[in-house]
Amino acid sequence: MEIDPFIFRLSIFVLAIFVGYYVVWSVTPSLHTPLMSVTNAISSVIIVGAIIAALAGTSENIFETSKIFGFFAIILAAINIFGGFLVTQRMLQMYKKKKTKK
Amino acid sequence: MISANLSAVFYLASGILFILALRGLSSPETSRQGNLFGILGMIIAITVTILSVGNFSSSIIYLLVFFVAGGAIGSFIAFKIPMTAMPELVAGFHSLVGLAAVFVAISAFLNPGAFNLGSPSNIKLASLVEMSIGAAIGAITFTGSIIAFLKLRGIMSGAPITFTGQHFINLALGISIIVLIFYLCKTQVDSFFWSVIFISFLIGILLIIPIGGADMPVVISMLNSYSGWAAAGIGFTLENTALIITGALVGSSGAILSYIMCKGMNRSFANVILGGFGADNSSNEVGKNKDQKPVKNGNAEDAAFLMKNASSVIIVPGYGMAVAQAQHALREMVDKLKKNGVTIKYAIHPVAGRMPGHMNVLLAEANVPYDEVFELDDINNDFANTDVAFVIGANDVTNPIAKTDPKSPIFGMPVLDVEKCKSVLFVKRSLSPGYAGVDNELFYRDNTLMLFADAKKMTEDIVKNIE
Repeated sequence: MEIDPFIFRLSIFVLAIFVGYYVVWSVTPSLHTPLMSVTNAISSVIIVGAIIAALAGTSENIFETSKIFGFFAIILAAINIFGGFLVTQRMLQMYKKKKTKK
Repeated sequence: MISANLSAVFYLASGILFILALRGLSSPETSRQGNLFGILGMIIAITVTILSVGNFSSSIIYLLVFFVAGGAIGSFIAFKIPMTAMPELVAGFHSLVGLAAVFVAISAFLNPGAFNLGSPSNIKLASLVEMSIGAAIGAITFTGSIIAFLKLRGIMSGAPITFTGQHFINLALGISIIVLIFYLCKTQVDSFFWSVIFISFLIGILLIIPIGGADMPVVISMLNSYSGWAAAGIGFTLENTALIITGALVGSSGAILSYIMCKGMNRSFANVILGGFGADNSSNEVGKNKDQKPVKNGNAEDAAFLMKNASSVIIVPGYGMAVAQAQHALREMVDKLKKNGVTIKYAIHPVAGRMPGHMNVLLAEANVPYDEVFELDDINNDFANTDVAFVIGANDVTNPIAKTDPKSPIFGMPVLDVEKCKSVLFVKRSLSPGYAGVDNELFYRDNTLMLFADAKKMTEDIVKNIE
């Protein structure tokens, strides 16, 4: 009997939870705010679903309901992607070590 | 355009890049590189998706227009937002992820063919369950984050809103979602799907309103986690590895942060979520003490004298510093003190501020080097050999009652041992108790000097008095 592909995805999911668990524990507490903003940015990879929805079908009619929802999701996710990564970058630029002089 | 197998490999690659993005945050030096990995992963995922759909009709123009529009808004926000507003920004961003998840789930429900999930009203059973769960969690994330945003922004009062039967209603709504999903799968009738989303919106609101302002670090972390699980749910629906990996990463990240925050308050997750903490136990207990005990009242001159002649000072910032935007003035004060040969350290309690790491970002913004900033466990032993503790905008996290009085609501919470310093300076606007509604006995100690003023104004005055 063949294994359902769902089981493979579930395995990836469970393993990724474990990876996430160990990686996040190693994040230094002083960077917890950037951690939140960057996880927020990467979770916007949900945009792939929005792209599929928006590009669906061969018809030129872009006013299908499912496409419209796709387009809206693209805007939301794009705000998040740009906003999330840029604000993270902005924060991380501020973390500096003590200057050696004096 | 590209085969499903090839795109799956690319999705895996972007998932790995996202792992590296989080890995980079283990130290500030590697963090910027980590962020670039994250951006690269995102670019790969988006490009591969567009190529694999391979439809270059006019739709793609609209897609780009919407993408650029969203990107412009996002960039604008990212550059304009003041660092003190980070908590509400993150809450706001979570709501967008939640809503995007709902929209994608709706698209997939309306046009399952595009996602390879069957045909309308004949969607594969597993996909239907996955998309309903994704939509439900997404909807909860959306409205929950909106409420959190409003509370953090001060548009809505931070006071917990409670009413009788609250938890029972939440439970009933939660069960009804499961029942509705069950019937949705059985009948494929779309009104069940809409009801699931609607009720989830409602749960999101009801879940967050009973939680008070200072418990927001837990709430934000929890919503962070939810947005991850929502993404993972959609990832299963779309059979997309990048989404599944990301969802799992974000989900566990938020869960860990919630755990750390709860531990910082010595409260169980359930206790925070059930809410109502700090609602009304403030008035009775405090009124008694206020007039009886004498308080030593100081001014900027005294504080400046004390710190200038100290050999070491530990600064304990809290939410009050963020509210008063006092971090820059504080930095100025520290520079002056350093010129006088005073050793300075900063002590950060895990739940100081309104989100994990909030104080660290503000200090970094004010150009405080991160190697002068210490976490509770690393610095708590140093208070005993320190001359002055300068508490600015923190309260409950310094209250020694947490160590001594088992009846206190904050008993057992790890606190900063500021009372072990030779003297303690407390910048505070009044003697009012902190969020937990507990009087801080430190105020009445002999070695405590209260500085009643706005944090920023007091710090500026001290700066003037140091020269």
